[in-house]
Amino acid sequence: MVRQLDIRQRAALYQIFLLAGVCLAGWYFIANAVDNLLARRIASGFGFLWREAGFEIGESTLLSFGAADSYFKALTVGLLNTFRVALLAVVFSTVIGVAVGLARLSPNWLLTKLASTYVELLRNIPLVVQLFFWYAVITESFPAPAQALNPLPGFYLSNRGLAVPTISTLLPLAIDYPAFSGFNFSGGVVLSPEFTALFLGLALYTAAFIGEIVRAGILAVDRGQYEAAQSQGLSPAQLMRLIILPQALRLVVPPVTSQYLNCIKNSSLAVAIGYPDLVSIANTTINQTGQAIEGIAVIMLVYLTISLAISALMNRYNRRFALRGGKT
Amino acid sequence: MIQATKSSINTLLLILLLTTQANAGPTADSALKKGFIQCGVNTGLAGFAQPDSAGQWRGIDVDFCRAVAAALFGETKKNRYTPLTAQQRFTALQSGEVDILSRNTTWTFARDASLGLNFVGVNFYDGQGFMVTKKRHVKSAKQLDGAAICVQPGTTTELNLADYFRANNMKFKPVVIEKLEEVLNAYFAGRCDVYTTDVSGLIAARASRAANSGDHIILPEVISKEPFGPVVRHGDDHWFDIVRWTLFAMIEAEELGITSKNIDQQAQSSNPVIQRFLGTKGDFGKMLKLDNRWAFNIIKQVGNYGESFERNLTPLGLDRGMNRLWNKGGLMYAPPLR
Repeated sequence: MVRQLDIRQRAALYQIFLLAGVCLAGWYFIANAVDNLLARRIASGFGFLWREAGFEIGESTLLSFGAADSYFKALTVGLLNTFRVALLAVVFSTVIGVAVGLARLSPNWLLTKLASTYVELLRNIPLVVQLFFWYAVITESFPAPAQALNPLPGFYLSNRGLAVPTISTLLPLAIDYPAFSGFNFSGGVVLSPEFTALFLGLALYTAAFIGEIVRAGILAVDRGQYEAAQSQGLSPAQLMRLIILPQALRLVVPPVTSQYLNCIKNSSLAVAIGYPDLVSIANTTINQTGQAIEGIAVIMLVYLTISLAISALMNRYNRRFALRGGKT
Repeated sequence: MIQATKSSINTLLLILLLTTQANAGPTADSALKKGFIQCGVNTGLAGFAQPDSAGQWRGIDVDFCRAVAAALFGETKKNRYTPLTAQQRFTALQSGEVDILSRNTTWTFARDASLGLNFVGVNFYDGQGFMVTKKRHVKSAKQLDGAAICVQPGTTTELNLADYFRANNMKFKPVVIEKLEEVLNAYFAGRCDVYTTDVSGLIAARASRAANSGDHIILPEVISKEPFGPVVRHGDDHWFDIVRWTLFAMIEAEELGITSKNIDQQAQSSNPVIQRFLGTKGDFGKMLKLDNRWAFNIIKQVGNYGESFERNLTPLGLDRGMNRLWNKGGLMYAPPLR
């Protein structure tokens, strides 16, 4: 019967069978896991999300969190913390990466060597080791809060982080200065050592990779562009800024997207140095409730959604602005 | 039709499993077949489970696993140790990766009721405390408002800490780091003002990491009950009985005055209680489907509870405290072996 169909219909039929097979296998594993959990009377289901968390979170972005709030709110706080560090790291790593890529191609010998050393060093040392390094540097080399450094009025640098004054957004406008009392600074905003170490580690690590990609992009721009620009009398700086970089940066959008996604996923190493990101809080939740499968499913779902969203966005951008060499 | 397919696959797997001889519980059987017990222990906590400089595991939790092996096999060597972090420990036991979890695990309602696990008893009574540097001039935990506190994630420690501060209307900033070595690094570097964990852990950390023990004080407040005990899976009552009575045998031996040193003389004793315990009279071992000399093997090769405590925890500076026998002012009590 199958032989009577034409080749396209046969291909479609095989794909339907394969899809059905994969779905069946997936369904079997999920049903099996649920049955086993029920049989051993291990709690399952997502009802735990609405229970009281019972633990505190070291720092949170935008929301305020207390131990009486739900696990769902705790995970939301974790997600916002992840966004905060990942977004800042992505932005800074792009800026630093472009600078590093340019530096490596510069005619200045010292600059080139420095940039090469930076790239080789940071690409080859595991990220978690770099994070431990930055964390140790910050906690061990800065003084205790009682003897904090005071570089500018209102700014205090200690091993508890950088305390900065904030301007209140309500009238009357008042500046909230951090003041040391008891154990810590109150008032103002404190950038914790965990956040700083994670941000520095991520930004510098990703910048090393982006630097190499940008360098490849610059080298990929047609030789003719250089010659045309020079014949017009443009200086090297103008050449780079007006002609080469605009083209190079549009070439490198797909590989840089990959690096952005890596950066976001690498932020999950926060648990090693104590920054309360999504994975760290989800791990605590898993251990307190014992529901490992649901917890891991939440983590996977969130990271998958973020990554797919960024990929989709960057691909749209790429389609609109990319330069095409040969095929579309 | 899907249901039928699923149940037929399940039946096939069940038949495969049943082809192995099942005369007692599944865990004991599989351990006998493997030839060893897989024991889940701490990754490295002085006094409880820590590899020494020769790579041998030492600690009271390790001693307990050796005791179960002695009861089951007659020799303590038939043990493999799986170091587990606080995050992995329950999943490892639930999934069958380890046979016993002997990992200074606090016995709580939620863990007993919702994880599909059973706690066999208590092998160490502890409580949670705080350690601060002397420079802070803090005399009581009630003065810790606003402090930065180092803690490991996913433990009862985190929950008790939040509860205590809420109950006393104080605020704190947790610094939550997963690995024990990194938490201690952060505390001793001054990243946080206070380190909190069970008092036994505080003493062990101070003994092993502090440059000068006098610089760190352990505050007098003990804010929670932390009864540690070995854990096994639901659904295997025979294994539960073996593990539970191993614990009781060690405690009972101390009460009867039987030690690993005098056990050979005690074996000649005419005291009927001791005769029953050591298997000279009666068939108590057979009731557990073990050799009648199961308790003799445990005490001869591992020692009684007091010996295990003195070997592992007394050198760290831990007093027996609540862990003395019931008739010496403590909480250690074993039901009679008869």
